[in-house]
Amino acid sequence: MQMPATQSSSEIAYNGPMKILVIEDDREAADYLQKAFTEAGHTAHVAGDGETGFALADAGDYDVMVIDRMMPRRDGLSVIAALRSRGNTTPVLILSALGEVDDRVTGLRAGGDDYLTKPYAFSELLARVEVLNRRASAKEAETVYRVGDLELDRLSHSVRRAAREITLQPREFRLLEYLMRHAGQVVTRTMLLENVWDYHFDPQTNVIDVHVSRLRGKIEKGFDKPILHTVRGAGYMLKGG
Amino acid sequence: MALSVPAIMKTTAARLSALYFLLFALCAVLLVFYMTSLSASMLTGQTQDTINDEIIGLASAYKKGGLPLLVRVVENRSRQPGANLYLIADTNGQILTGNVQALEPGVIDTEGWTTEPFSYKRFGEGELDRLRSGTSDQTTSPSTGDNAVQAEGEKGHNAIALVLRLPNQMILLVGRDLGEPERFRAVIRRSLMLALGMMGLGGLLIWFFVGRAALKRIDSVSEASRRIMGGDLSGRLPVTGTGDEFDRLSENLNSMLARIATLNEGLKQVSDNIAHDLKTPLTRLRNRAEATLSGKQKTSDYRQALEGTIAESDQLIKTFNAILMISRLEAGYSSEHTNRVDLAAAVRDVVELYEPVAEEAGVSLDAEVNGAFAVDGNRELIGQALSNIVDNAIKYSTDATSKPAVRVALERTHGEIRLSVADNGQGIPDDADRARATERFVRLEKSRSQPGSGLGLSLAKAVMTFHYGRLDLLPGNPGLSVVMSFPTREDH
Repeated sequence: MQMPATQSSSEIAYNGPMKILVIEDDREAADYLQKAFTEAGHTAHVAGDGETGFALADAGDYDVMVIDRMMPRRDGLSVIAALRSRGNTTPVLILSALGEVDDRVTGLRAGGDDYLTKPYAFSELLARVEVLNRRASAKEAETVYRVGDLELDRLSHSVRRAAREITLQPREFRLLEYLMRHAGQVVTRTMLLENVWDYHFDPQTNVIDVHVSRLRGKIEKGFDKPILHTVRGAGYMLKGG
Repeated sequence: MALSVPAIMKTTAARLSALYFLLFALCAVLLVFYMTSLSASMLTGQTQDTINDEIIGLASAYKKGGLPLLVRVVENRSRQPGANLYLIADTNGQILTGNVQALEPGVIDTEGWTTEPFSYKRFGEGELDRLRSGTSDQTTSPSTGDNAVQAEGEKGHNAIALVLRLPNQMILLVGRDLGEPERFRAVIRRSLMLALGMMGLGGLLIWFFVGRAALKRIDSVSEASRRIMGGDLSGRLPVTGTGDEFDRLSENLNSMLARIATLNEGLKQVSDNIAHDLKTPLTRLRNRAEATLSGKQKTSDYRQALEGTIAESDQLIKTFNAILMISRLEAGYSSEHTNRVDLAAAVRDVVELYEPVAEEAGVSLDAEVNGAFAVDGNRELIGQALSNIVDNAIKYSTDATSKPAVRVALERTHGEIRLSVADNGQGIPDDADRARATERFVRLEKSRSQPGSGLGLSLAKAVMTFHYGRLDLLPGNPGLSVVMSFPTREDH
């Protein structure tokens, strides 16, 4: 299967710059994150330990926080719990070396919004952080999603492109729904597997690619413009012309 | 054994021996006291009886022949070897006849039994054969045995006596030497002391042979465990075959060691495999980087090399995660996150996930699920195991002679829920290979050409172990059938 369109990741950050707080005790990793977020067009502040991080998070107005789970002085989960108890609802992505199911569940219960296991690809982290930011102004309430000439009605479960009805399988519908909710943002394969199939493991074969290419066939076949783009080294993005 | 005394006392055997010894000694001392006092009162009684008999005899002689007969009888008896003490004195205490030459003063002043043993001197002292005391063998001190014991000495002899006044106010004394009973007491004391000593010796011997034997067994166990700790992991604790407590302990510890050795062997195998399967891609990574740095390259070459590097490291991370997960599952992953898992739904999910992949590979993927099946477990883990198996089945069914097909079936048989994934490919004809296929990093010859870490089935097996189930690889007809068997709970 040939990907119809590819974009380099530097074109991604079109949602506007975000103010990101990184709480990470590994100096090198933190510096790298700061640099990479800056290159992606965002502003990133770094705190080297839980205490400083808590103080910054409590005082500043951040769009997203990236918090390392295991830190000296104060661990990530207790920082998150403390922030949540003070009414801070800023989306939090937890970074952790602990990646088992239980660890993830504990992390999300403590008030995290997403969980990423080390080591991770920055493209994965960036995609997740951008999705988290958008969640702050979520499309959750909308019943009809529109991207370009593509339209998805969440109530009637119908999909149209340029007024032409497109028939999708239930899973394809959920896949498209997720892509449309995050239209204009990079969505990684892992994010799709997690959100559409509710699985958190890496399948041996890239099953997601096949599903996406099938969906792409349905929503692009017979139309001039590509709408579901492959972002090289990162994932997919639904973007109207 | 070069142990100091405190060190010896630290051993259980020595402490027990000491305790027993003390108990024995206490009993022996009590026994000595009891025996001595018993024999003392017996001797007192006998001495008094003897003296009373003498008195009766003398009284009848006095009655018959008056004083002259009495004197004669006394003189006669006095000359007997080993005779008792006899003395007749006038009213002033002047000795008239008898075998006593001198007496402690005051002894004959009061009538009745002497209250204390007194010392005296016989006629012809020294020549008397005191050993042949003959007729009556025992004498007594009336209730004052202790004094009698200490009074035995150079001054003469000690005795007790009965003092009587004859009707004519003359004094008659009949007494008995205490030497004999004292010697008797000494014999008892000596034999009891000897018994005590033997008991002590016995205690020491018991400690030495029994305690030391136990101590030696424990020492050998300690020694063996030190050797094992020192790195000789194949070493085992000695078992004598008597089936005693020590043997049972050693056997249990040996089973434990065997279990540890198995785990250790597994660990060693994993580290060997890690060394191989992680070092190989790491070497590739490094070589690629080195090759890219050397010589003039175009920007696109650098880009390509870096992308290759990232892809390779992603694969490494996957492998690493799989290893960690298998270890955690085998070590008994926390069961916090288990709940009722609908296996039918899991099968549907995984089949639906892989259906496009199968279609693209020209493999037909079917699921046969009859009824609802629920097990206690973790949906995520079961999903991962099943998807690994289905993934394999799709890959290996492509070499089928007929139309490649993978069939997933869920059924209840023999008290188990069997989730089987069967393909119609070439399968694994060799039994040994089939058995080996679930081992970590084992990639059978024909799978070497396929991408994968060699951990898929190992992970599935670990997941099944975590669910108290089994993973079996059965020969299909043709192909391979991988069966996940879950224990059932009948109450749903």
